[in-house]
Amino acid sequence: MAEENIALKEFTEKEYEYGWSIDIETDQLPKGLTEETVRAISFKKNEPEWLLEWRLKAFRYWLTMVEPEWAHVMYPKIDFQDIIYYSAPKKKVELGSLDEVDADMLETFKKLGISLEEQKRLMNVAGSNVAVDAVFDSVSVKTTFQETLRDKGVIFCSFSEAVQNHPELIKKYLGSVVPYTDNFYAALNSAVFSDGSFCYIPKGVRCPMELSTYFRINAMNTGQFERTLVIADEDSYCSYLEGCTAPQRDENQLHAAVVELVSMKGAEIKYSTVQNWYPGDKNGKGGIYNFVTKRGICAGAYSKISWTQVETGSAVTWKYPSCILKGDNSIGEFYSVAVTNNYQQADTGTKMIHLGKNTKSTIISKGVSAGHSNNSYRGLVKIGKNATNARNFSQCDSLLLSSTSGAHTFPYIECGNKSAKVEHEATTSKVGEDQIFYCNQRGLDTEQAIGLIVNGYCKEVLNKLPMEFAVEAQKLLAISLEGSVG
Amino acid sequence: MSLLTIKNLNARVEDKEILKGFNLTVNPGEVHAIMGPNGSGKSTLASVLAGNESYEVTGGEVDFDGKNLLDMAPEERAREGLFLAFQYPIEIPGVSNVNFMRSAVAEIRKHRGLEPLDAKDFLALMKEKKELVELSGNLAGRSVNEGFSGGEKKRNEIFQMAMLDPKLAILDETDSGLDIDALRIVASGVNKLKTKDNAFIVITHYQRLLDHIVPDFVHVLYNGKIVRSGTKELALELEEKGYDWIKEELAEA
Repeated sequence: MAEENIALKEFTEKEYEYGWSIDIETDQLPKGLTEETVRAISFKKNEPEWLLEWRLKAFRYWLTMVEPEWAHVMYPKIDFQDIIYYSAPKKKVELGSLDEVDADMLETFKKLGISLEEQKRLMNVAGSNVAVDAVFDSVSVKTTFQETLRDKGVIFCSFSEAVQNHPELIKKYLGSVVPYTDNFYAALNSAVFSDGSFCYIPKGVRCPMELSTYFRINAMNTGQFERTLVIADEDSYCSYLEGCTAPQRDENQLHAAVVELVSMKGAEIKYSTVQNWYPGDKNGKGGIYNFVTKRGICAGAYSKISWTQVETGSAVTWKYPSCILKGDNSIGEFYSVAVTNNYQQADTGTKMIHLGKNTKSTIISKGVSAGHSNNSYRGLVKIGKNATNARNFSQCDSLLLSSTSGAHTFPYIECGNKSAKVEHEATTSKVGEDQIFYCNQRGLDTEQAIGLIVNGYCKEVLNKLPMEFAVEAQKLLAISLEGSVG
Repeated sequence: MSLLTIKNLNARVEDKEILKGFNLTVNPGEVHAIMGPNGSGKSTLASVLAGNESYEVTGGEVDFDGKNLLDMAPEERAREGLFLAFQYPIEIPGVSNVNFMRSAVAEIRKHRGLEPLDAKDFLALMKEKKELVELSGNLAGRSVNEGFSGGEKKRNEIFQMAMLDPKLAILDETDSGLDIDALRIVASGVNKLKTKDNAFIVITHYQRLLDHIVPDFVHVLYNGKIVRSGTKELALELEEKGYDWIKEELAEA
């Protein structure tokens, strides 16, 4: 048996602190998925005919598809009939007035540390402020700062609201980056998606604040299928942050979201995710399956999309935020920190598809694996045959914190154009007991030492996060590694 | 009251007994040199005092400033004021020297009930202590010991010692791998940090370092315990005659 690192083993495990759930009256559909379920969801949301048709097409297509199994992850087969596809808090929330948000729900958000009231207060105190769209069990319950944003012409609201108030935008862009035929989970999502966020930045507008959505899965046995769409019109800029938590449960829960980003000529979208879904207990029981399709298209010349993610939760993570670099001189970036502990598994990475001329992509992936977890980076850099002068730089690093965890890399490069420059670097390293002891001898306990070392390791990526969340992310890293090494 | 009292210390590593009945008393203001042939237990002594768990203490007591040292975790010992200048300082990529020191200094100050230093004062402290060991260059931009030359690593140890202001500093073969100039700088740094309240245990093979860091006591460590103690003249005698002379004397006795 491999020698256990004694010093590294000495921790008490910190419990997932978002593991609580609250009793709230919900309106739910019975378990199972048939065409009736899809119709019921659409009906409950009062959707126009064209959207119902779109859902039904997706559902019928989904029925013809086979669940993919190529990822480097293992999980028991999902029984798609054993899931509730719609769950909404019963109490209606009146938008525009914080006082009328349900007290219980407000309590939930307070616990999450994103008190809606605080956001309003922050606005008066300092320059930095964040607009929050709070999604509770698939339903957006509150979006703050809507008026301020409306003044600039920025639309930031729940997806459902956008369907009602801006149907032309939805019709034009929904499925334009991730068609329902794209993959098994995208098809499923397209059929049963509940809610998510919608954002439109008009021409030339630099969005005055960070836009943020907090997703929380509360009800049992439900799947979470969000749909998010962000459109940045010419020469606009937007920074969007997505945060996620879920309660501790013994059963696994499915989260199959789809995020589509459209960046037009000269526009830039910065999309950051700090994901802390429940990772399962230390024996691997329970936890969220996070199977997500995220893709952005740099549609116009000089457009830019940058994905930054800190993934520390979910039992199984399977996602590849990607960029299609269609516009000439467009730029795609992917910065990722994926931490796995205990029995978590991650197969994550990105796809950079270079189509236009003089396009550039940067990939920096930092994997940290501890406990008995498995962490894989999977990336594709594809240079189309007309993509003259394309540039890519990829760096994927793995840090092993225990002798029983795994780190794997599956980089793919498909280069169809002679003028391309593609660079790839990879490192694998281990945190040694010697390093920990050195820190101990300087007065730092082992937790602090690992925190310092992992944060130093992930610095490059953490620096890309909006400042408000960089600190949160650092703390999250430290917490998710407690009880980790050995 | 003595700063460090070691009574009958026994320790082993990987089932091999290294320290066998080791005794030593160090008082504030003193410099003790420990010399001895390879395998005598010099590094084991340093590691055991620092609390490295790869070494198992099988007997004896260690009193550090009135407290039971062996009961304390390594970080506690550090916070209580015990510092080890490592023989082979390890690299910690990604962690800047500044961040590292800031965290360490904060812990030690917290333990002593002192207010944390603000950024300005902290940087001033760094600047002052860097000069002691002529450690130049952009420390903030470099990771702990990464890309440091051998001499720089040793100087970094003394720099850290200066920042943390320990009661007892153990220098584990700090002179190994140093050229004459580096040796002089390191020794000068140590000498500037000496006060009547702190103490040093200087572990070394060679007498050379002791020309610069003049000891009050010299002890010979052989076969896991101190077999001979004297003043700095003893070190000169060892330099002249080697360790065989001591081994012979012991065999005769």
